[in-house]
Order: sequence, then structure tokens, then C-alpha cells
Amino acid sequence: MSEARLQSVLHAAPGSGAELLSELGIVLYVGAAVTFVGVIALVLHATFTRRLRASTRAWVVGGGIVFPAITLFLLLNYSIAVGSAVSAIDSGSALRLLLDCFGIDSKARIPPPAPGALRIHVVGKQWWWDVRYEVRRGDTNSIVLANELRVPVDEPVELLLSSSDVIHSFWVPSLAGKVDMIPGRTNRLVIRTSEPGVYRGQCAEYCGGQHALMALYVIAQSRADFETWLERQAQSVEAPQDALLRSGYDAFFKGRCPECHAVRGTPANGVGGPDLTHVGSRHSLAAGTLRNHIGTLAGWIAGPQDIKPGNAMPDSEEYTGRELRALSVWLESLE
Amino acid sequence: MRALSSVVAFAFVACAHEGGYEPVVSGGDAKRGRQAIAELECGACHQIPGVPGAWGRVGPPLAEYRHNVYIAGKHPNVPDVLVRFVRDAPSLAPDTAMPAIEMSDTQARDVAAYLYSLE
Repeated sequence: MSEARLQSVLHAAPGSGAELLSELGIVLYVGAAVTFVGVIALVLHATFTRRLRASTRAWVVGGGIVFPAITLFLLLNYSIAVGSAVSAIDSGSALRLLLDCFGIDSKARIPPPAPGALRIHVVGKQWWWDVRYEVRRGDTNSIVLANELRVPVDEPVELLLSSSDVIHSFWVPSLAGKVDMIPGRTNRLVIRTSEPGVYRGQCAEYCGGQHALMALYVIAQSRADFETWLERQAQSVEAPQDALLRSGYDAFFKGRCPECHAVRGTPANGVGGPDLTHVGSRHSLAAGTLRNHIGTLAGWIAGPQDIKPGNAMPDSEEYTGRELRALSVWLESLE
Repeated sequence: MRALSSVVAFAFVACAHEGGYEPVVSGGDAKRGRQAIAELECGACHQIPGVPGAWGRVGPPLAEYRHNVYIAGKHPNVPDVLVRFVRDAPSLAPDTAMPAIEMSDTQARDVAAYLYSLE
């Protein structure tokens, strides 16, 4: 998928809410353009015709009251229908009739998630995303990742969005509309797509100095791939045997890393920064700022303040070159 | 290939006339190198003129790199060594903080060519 399509309202993912929104957008833009051209044509006609034969009253009542009333009534209902279909509201029969009227059939509609459907808690933070899968009701600590969501295709997935500091906004343009993440409040968004792929999202509410570098990826996979991934994510990390990996592991605990980062299975249980249990498997580093490979890992550990000034992670100064490399190798191995 | 070697030969001749040393990486293309540097995100650690976002200060800035006499303060700054270094720094400088970066031989040549093109 080309970079431009990764994050674009004009390239809505098939079967997603964004698809309905983009149709609504097209209807509005095209409708507005047609109306505008019509009005201008009438203005020109009225300006250059010497003797108007038209009935003034009919035009005023027809064009000024009847036409807008009907158009706005239809558009209002259409947008309500789209809104309901996108928000996965359990539609009553009146609403269903409305949806049918506008051709939003049951396939395009996002159904409300069934009880037991996948539920993911996403917390906006300056400037990254804390992602927790609710594997069993009430358990949000078994599968924790950051700046990335993996979802199975063709299933509505419920996102519970909140914030722990300032207002953020969750926006993956190819999948759905924006939903604000507000401190002290939990908002809900249901996403779905029928096409496996990588979709990029970004914080859409200015949230401080590095707002522009607060992105995330949503990776849609087949149910089987998703299950495999989920199983892997549930595993915890064991202290490595290999000498190089071991020296990286030791470097992690020699430095201040565990104060903020958790690696499940090890003594590291910090909560201030992203969970690193499977950091090697992630699509990006530093919330979509860098691609994830050994070089960027080393660069980010050593100089996060050059890359994303003002973020909570301090530059590390305690590592020798060898230690930094070993630490990067170990983190990269956590897939 | 013949065209390339004549270009290389011409480059040497041209430099000989100017009296300055002009390092040439055989098979390396500076334009592609810039692209590769952007994709590999070398800028996470280095300041590299001409590459957006490359303002890292973990490693040395790479402006005017052709004028550096040594690579990593150890090895003569000549094309063959630089091509090897950008890809596998630890093999030349075991204590370096720069990890071996996964890239193809062509990419390594392109990256070195770009670094040498920096005035």
C-alpha cells in the first residue's frame, strides 16, 4: 500500500465506517456544487434577461423555501442514517427503515459488537498510545502494547478511548471518523474493515509540543493470523541465555529503563512509558516516528530528545557503545 | 558497465587536473543513496544535509564527510572502507555504538556515494 493511501479519507478501507462517511462527503460536495452552479445560472439569467416572464412569487417560495426544506430534510436524515450505521448503534425498526431508504443495507452497516467481541482500551498520552486488550472481561493487563492495534477483519472491534493527561483525538482516516479522548471520560468507537492491511492514524487534537509525532498503526489481519499474533503477545519474556542478548538484558536493568517500562516476565514493571514486552514485533517506534529496526532502536534509546524534543524519555548517557548495541539487539529480539 | 567505468575514469582524470581528491564509489548512486538514507532513517543518530528529519546527535554529523580523514577515528576514509562501515560498523570498530544495519550491497554503495557527495 502506498504511503499516501496509508492515511487518507479518500481511500476508505472496504467495509469500514470511513467508507460510508466518504460517500456522505461526496453526496454533500457534489450536491453543493450542483446547487451552487444552479443558483449562479439563475442569477446570470435574472441579470441579463430584460423582461422576466417568471413568476417572482413561485421562485421565492419554490427556490427559497420548498427546495431547501426538502433538500435539508433529506440530507439531515441521510447524515443521521450514516451516523447510526457508523456508530454501530443497535438500530430499532424506525432507524432500520431510515437506513434502508438511503441504501445503507445491512452489509454496510456496522453491527453492534456481540457480547464477548474484541474490546481494546486505548489511552492517549503525551505523545503516544497505550493499548490494552481486554482478553477476559475486566482483565486489561495481559496483553499490553503501544502505538499499534491489531484487529481481525470482518469483525466489529470495540475501542474504549480515554486519556490520562490532556485531550487527544483518535483518528484513523481510512477506518472511521475522529473520536476525542477526554480525561475522566471514556468514549466508544467501533471499527471494522473487510480488507487486511495497514492503516495509519494520528492524534487529531493538538496535545502539546510533539502532537505531530503522535501516530499509530492499525493492522487488520485474517482471524487465523490474528489468533497467532495474540497468542504470541500473551507470552512473557524469559531472561536470555545467549551472551550478546544477555548483555543487552543486563544493560536494560543497569540503566533507568525499568523505572518507566515494563517487560512482562522480567522484574521490569514501570508504568510511565510503553510496555516493551513485544517491542520487536511493532511496526514503528516512538508513536509512528521511526521505523522499527536495530539502528532506530539504538538511536531512540541514546537520543530521544533529539528525535522528539520534550518527550518523557531522557537521553541515555550511561551506556558504552557495545552496551547500547547489545540492548538494541535484545529489544529487537522481543517479537 | 563500460559507460560507468569511463565515467569513473573521467572522474579520476578530472580530479587529477584539479589536484583535489574526489572519492568515487563504484556502482554507487548518490541520488538513490539519499533515498536509502531516508528509508533506513540514519537521521535518528546523524545530522545529514539534504535528508529531511536527519538531525540526530547520537553519532557524528556527516556534512562534508569526504573531508574527514578517518572513519570512526580508525580507518582511512576511502570508498571501500566506507561502503563496509555503513553496513557493518562493528566489524571495523568493535566498540562502536553503531549497529550493523541490514541493507543490500547496492544500498551500502549508494549510501556511501551520497555521503561523499556532501559538500
